[in-house]
Amino acid sequence: MFDFVRRRNFYYLLSLLVLVPGIISLAIPPSLKPGIEFTGGTTFTVRFAQNVHQDALRSALSELGHPEAIVQGTGENKFLVRTRELKGAVAAPEVGPAPPSERDTIEAGLQQRFGDFLDNEGKVSNRFIDFYIVSGTVSEEIGRNAGFAVIAASVAILLYISWAFRAVPRPFVFGTAAIVALLHDVVLVVGTFSIFGKVFGMEINTMFLTGLLTVMGFSVHDDIVVFDRIRENLRRGEGRDFSECVNVSLNQTVARSVNTSFTVVLVLVAMLLMGGVTIRDFLLVLLIGIISGTYSSIFIASQLLVTWEERDIQRLFRRFLPRRRRPAPVETEG
Amino acid sequence: MRGRRNRILLGIIVVLAVLSVATVWPSEPDRYLPSFVPWPEGKGAKFPWIRFEGGAITFHLKEARAMRLGLDLRGGTRLVLEADTSQAPDVNVDQALDTAAKIIERRVNAFGVAESEIQRQGSDRLAVQLPGIDPEKARDLVGRTAVLEFREPKLDENKNITVCQGGTVTYDPPGCEGGQEAAMALQSLTAASEESIIWVPAQAVGSDGLEKNLTGRFLKPNTLVSASNVGLPILNFEMTKEGSPLLEQVTTRLIGLPMAFFLDGEPIRGNDNRILAPTVRAVISDKGIIEGLSVDDARLLSIQLNGGALPVPLKVLQQEEVDATLGADSVQKSVIAGEVALLIIMLFMTLFYRLPGALASLALFVYTSIVLAIFKVWPVTLTLAGIAAFVLSVGMAVDANILIFERMKEELRAGRSLVAAIEAGFSRAWPSIRDSNVSTLITCAILYWFGDQFGASLVKGFAFTLAIGVLVSMFSAIMVTRTFLRVTIGTPLARHLGWWVVDLAETRGPAAVTPAPGMPPQSASGGEE
Repeated sequence: MFDFVRRRNFYYLLSLLVLVPGIISLAIPPSLKPGIEFTGGTTFTVRFAQNVHQDALRSALSELGHPEAIVQGTGENKFLVRTRELKGAVAAPEVGPAPPSERDTIEAGLQQRFGDFLDNEGKVSNRFIDFYIVSGTVSEEIGRNAGFAVIAASVAILLYISWAFRAVPRPFVFGTAAIVALLHDVVLVVGTFSIFGKVFGMEINTMFLTGLLTVMGFSVHDDIVVFDRIRENLRRGEGRDFSECVNVSLNQTVARSVNTSFTVVLVLVAMLLMGGVTIRDFLLVLLIGIISGTYSSIFIASQLLVTWEERDIQRLFRRFLPRRRRPAPVETEG
Repeated sequence: MRGRRNRILLGIIVVLAVLSVATVWPSEPDRYLPSFVPWPEGKGAKFPWIRFEGGAITFHLKEARAMRLGLDLRGGTRLVLEADTSQAPDVNVDQALDTAAKIIERRVNAFGVAESEIQRQGSDRLAVQLPGIDPEKARDLVGRTAVLEFREPKLDENKNITVCQGGTVTYDPPGCEGGQEAAMALQSLTAASEESIIWVPAQAVGSDGLEKNLTGRFLKPNTLVSASNVGLPILNFEMTKEGSPLLEQVTTRLIGLPMAFFLDGEPIRGNDNRILAPTVRAVISDKGIIEGLSVDDARLLSIQLNGGALPVPLKVLQQEEVDATLGADSVQKSVIAGEVALLIIMLFMTLFYRLPGALASLALFVYTSIVLAIFKVWPVTLTLAGIAAFVLSVGMAVDANILIFERMKEELRAGRSLVAAIEAGFSRAWPSIRDSNVSTLITCAILYWFGDQFGASLVKGFAFTLAIGVLVSMFSAIMVTRTFLRVTIGTPLARHLGWWVVDLAETRGPAAVTPAPGMPPQSASGGEE
């Protein structure tokens, strides 16, 4: 039997080390880069004379510095493209050569790759059919409101777990541990994306929000499965003390935890490898979050129960704030 | 006894699965399945549906041919609308468009088209994308200013109705172009001459002493379509406090005469394409109804009246069909990838858990088709958020099976018989399946409520699809997998223990020597009698 609980402080430290870079990145503004769904930007319609594949156009735009572009087909070789606000997008002066704007650069770049454009009448042209500055499609409030919803849901989960585990001593600790583990997973995902935003320019969109909600669902689910086993083993009087009981439970559930998370990871990897590019960020959120969720159910949530029961925190305080000598109170507790 | 019950259950499950597959079978199979096989085209399904409208119950057949997919997965219609300031040059366009965007969003939501996209484009335009709605309907829904007017016929001193003879009637301003106005007695009015009535805005004096046109502005935003006792749609409306004395004055004056309803300067026509002009029979002030509309028109009008009139007329500049915002190519690739992933899960389950794994894979197939069938019939507009919720629920469904099988293995290793191990596996795994799923359902309820309150349709859609998925997954894990396993026990398949647990041969020995730790003195399941 593997001893999961002995090195619990090491696991906390490990998690902390993984979380800290993300937290630092979140502390440095801009903590997350909002995507064009929130900020708005530019939209243009382009029609090509020759056959152009949607995928090819998307990667061409990415090469031209716009990986965030949303490309929608809207007829034969005609595409509606939305990008972040293009600089120099203002109308060119009536007289005199205008400095090449970002629009010009993209137009030239696309023509070089895919040949002539067509205008609405089907005549050869070298400009986009139309070109506008647009607002966002999703208000930034949605992020905040989703946040409220998540906080409310967390409180409900806390209450429910406390109720569902009312048969064990201190059920509230179970609920709290699940929420801490949940927080662990959310901070890990958000922090990682904050770093990705700074390093790769990765942006936050509604897909990210969806992914985060999914991760939270998995995280709590995982915790409850492990807790349930602890509940059952406690009732049976498994193990000499609480920490051994938790350890037995972890050993019994580890196969299930790994298998479940393995099946989901399998799905995600298959979709990352074979699926479309446009949902890659979304899959990445799920991948990071689900691995973290499984990890945290074993190495955070369950360990926290032991930490509480063994009064680690009090012991820690006593080590740093030495007071009168007294026998350890752990044993006196019933 | 037991065996018979299991066989009946199995029969029900099979029927359910077949029905579900028939329902979800795509109308364009090439989009989702390898195209080298000539798949038959899905016909969708027709379902009798009960609708409660205004206290009346109506039955109608709901046809579900295609899955409703959101903008991100399927695309839809894109409209570009421009503020038309020619009538009202002093409107603050910026503000008016912001309000218009909100009203359009309200209308679209009321129409039941989830996940639309509305954005400001340039200084005087709105770009609207609507999923799964045909362009004409989209135009009607979004582009209408929706100013409702009550109008009365132009009368002479003898209360004769004025009609337009030999010319065309105009409504804005009311008049007769190229013809002559002539008086006509109400009794001699025919269907043909109805068209030539000159309608003028019904006016009344408000409480502030000013003459006002009676318009939709004086309606409460709670109009409602109900069914009459013969099943025809009725649009019910209520007047605001300010509006009821106005309607009272107008109806007092018009007793015995017709009254018409105009929408955006055109008379509203009924199912039979005749101008709706009911004769006023009594004085009404606070509540009224409009009869004779088709169901679709009544619903649309109700939505528009409740959403409010646009502060500025919008002109449709452009109307086109667009494909998925995630890219049609990308979506298709992802669908294939998802199918492959599902096959991999089944393979993994079968390799790892042998026969039970294969049965669980079958259960997973049943699960997937039932959930998709529910999505299609409800109908749920499926977006990426919905798919994410679906993947999560598939994960949970698989997890429930894994939980059960791990428990079964433990029980088998502890020396129990196959029958007892299966029952124990289920009853032991049940509390954790129940608790984790209930917590997910609670989360769904809260997310849904919040999403609804704050207009975060993404969160709402996610919560809704997840809730359906979780409910079905509980059914699938407990009913479907269990029934499959129980039925299998009665067959020769049960004789090969190695098909149930890979390493049973090795563990049987030691398990007999040391009493297994997982064995309670009192068995929780009671086993099979």
